[in-house]
Amino acid sequence: MELKKINEYTWEIPKTGEMRVPALIYTSSRLLDDVKHDRTLQQARNVACLPGIQKAAYVMPDAHQGYGFPIGGVAAFDMDNGIISPGGVGYDINCGVRLLRTDYSERDVHEKRKQLLAEIFREVPAGVGKGGITRLSRNVLLEVCTKGAEWAVENGYGTGDDLLRTEENGRMKAADSNCLSSRAIERGIPQLGTLGAGNHFLEIQKVSEIYDDRAAGAFGIHSRDQILVMIHCGSRGLGHQVASDYIRFMENEFGTGGLPDRELIYAPIRSPLGQRYYKTMSAAVNFAFANRQMIAHWVRQVFKKVLGKAEGMDQIYDVCHNVAKFEKHRINGELKEVCIHRKGATRSFGPGREEIPAVYRSVGQPVIIPGSMGTASYILVGTSEAEKISFGSTAHGAGRVMSRHEARRRFRGEKIKQELERKGIELMSTSWRGVAEEASGAYKDVDEVVRISHEAGIGKMVAKVVPIGVMKG
Amino acid sequence: MEKYRFLEHTADAKFQAYGATLEEAFAHAALATVTLMWDWKKIENKIERKVDVEGKDLKQLLASFLEEILYLLDSKNFLTGVAEKISVKQAGNRYMLKALFKGDIFSDKYKIYGEVKAITYNEMKIEDRNGFMVQVVVDL
Repeated sequence: MELKKINEYTWEIPKTGEMRVPALIYTSSRLLDDVKHDRTLQQARNVACLPGIQKAAYVMPDAHQGYGFPIGGVAAFDMDNGIISPGGVGYDINCGVRLLRTDYSERDVHEKRKQLLAEIFREVPAGVGKGGITRLSRNVLLEVCTKGAEWAVENGYGTGDDLLRTEENGRMKAADSNCLSSRAIERGIPQLGTLGAGNHFLEIQKVSEIYDDRAAGAFGIHSRDQILVMIHCGSRGLGHQVASDYIRFMENEFGTGGLPDRELIYAPIRSPLGQRYYKTMSAAVNFAFANRQMIAHWVRQVFKKVLGKAEGMDQIYDVCHNVAKFEKHRINGELKEVCIHRKGATRSFGPGREEIPAVYRSVGQPVIIPGSMGTASYILVGTSEAEKISFGSTAHGAGRVMSRHEARRRFRGEKIKQELERKGIELMSTSWRGVAEEASGAYKDVDEVVRISHEAGIGKMVAKVVPIGVMKG
Repeated sequence: MEKYRFLEHTADAKFQAYGATLEEAFAHAALATVTLMWDWKKIENKIERKVDVEGKDLKQLLASFLEEILYLLDSKNFLTGVAEKISVKQAGNRYMLKALFKGDIFSDKYKIYGEVKAITYNEMKIEDRNGFMVQVVVDL
């Protein structure tokens, strides 16, 4: 496959054969080798062949191979002759990250960080088989999926200000809970308010570097050693079921012939099935928003209990990493609505966009990029450049480079815990095996991922944070 | 004969399951899926769940069958220990599968060490070459 270098941080797969547009890869020569070794580039090429795709199929710096679409893939489709694809969103619909600030500094929490983590571990259900706090009725679950984080706030979890600082204000209005299958509902009922397992985590972090004082100030980040809390989780079994359901519905309606990869199955956006997927996916998005809203509330309660107060624990932002939505973008000079798919990518809107909370509109949208377990995470700010060259999108994390099996062979959970402790990082997990699988050595270097985003201009570095306490599901 | 084998996969898990018949290969694929989350040998098989799924082809049937394990875990806290009495039938262009899962409800005596998010079609294979082989990649 021809790969043309455009500049230091951009490569292109030129439009050939059945491609309707080129594919553009934001990476560095160092990380390019990783994506060359798996099916990322072939998958980007396949996406570039889909009906109605606009401008290019984009690949973010943390990309790796996924199903159908690559992880770290961004694609926008024409609203009239374009498509919507569950494989372009991923199984964990609205897997995302929420970030809370505090007025505490590391000094204030140092003595009590073990207790803080232990209390959070007790309050926030995690791991497989651990249900949420309450057994919901079916009707309540449907309401959750209709209202998203709004439902949580109405029921005493957090404040209206949290909603203002959440992508989509914590509620996708297109959601239609009545489209959820009974299996999706049944899987969702026990899991609301749970962190889950796998790569999901909750971290108590401290600010280690501030690169952009103005944006950091707008986000409520003032000084090194300031304590933040990051929550990374998604829509759990409910979202997984929605993805599986609609892959099946679309296969049954449109057939699987002619697709290079079965997971590329799609429906025209305007078709009844395409519309129904969008409404159902939106319901799953809302479930995940409510989930993170509840977990954030419990974290605040723990801080209040252990440290005496939780004042100043405002939400910085909450971003989706796996989502499709309708957004307006400038294409050939004209503002046009498109159906954008971000799969393992973060929206990265620059200053002025009306979707951004008023408090951030002059600087741009906060972008939260979690690193792998026990390593740094980053806060970036969206850019107008991103709107021009990546449909307002950037990376979402570190991206795996080693199989879980290989990670288990190389790392031991207990040993990782000791090593982190030596670095001053507490770790609690439901599974040693899970800790080994998520070892930072199994991931790409998040520092490099973020540097590429910054240099390519699709998300500018604001602050670097490092964990002092890690809870892994 | 080997029941299943895991192959290298960067982000997720890929396995092949084998059987003298298609049904046996499916049963072993269920065990391989379960192995990513708990040790099926340690589950007391005292509760039974009937499984009844359909597919427009064998791959969809296999995906639906394995997905049942995830559905029963999430919605009923049911840990599958073994898949028995599998029968696959074809009627026109529909495939139907019936099976009996035996296992137990999750409790503290069991250890769950992993999560499977979804069964995918990625690199899925169903082959008949002097015995059946099915290959599945699951999303972790």
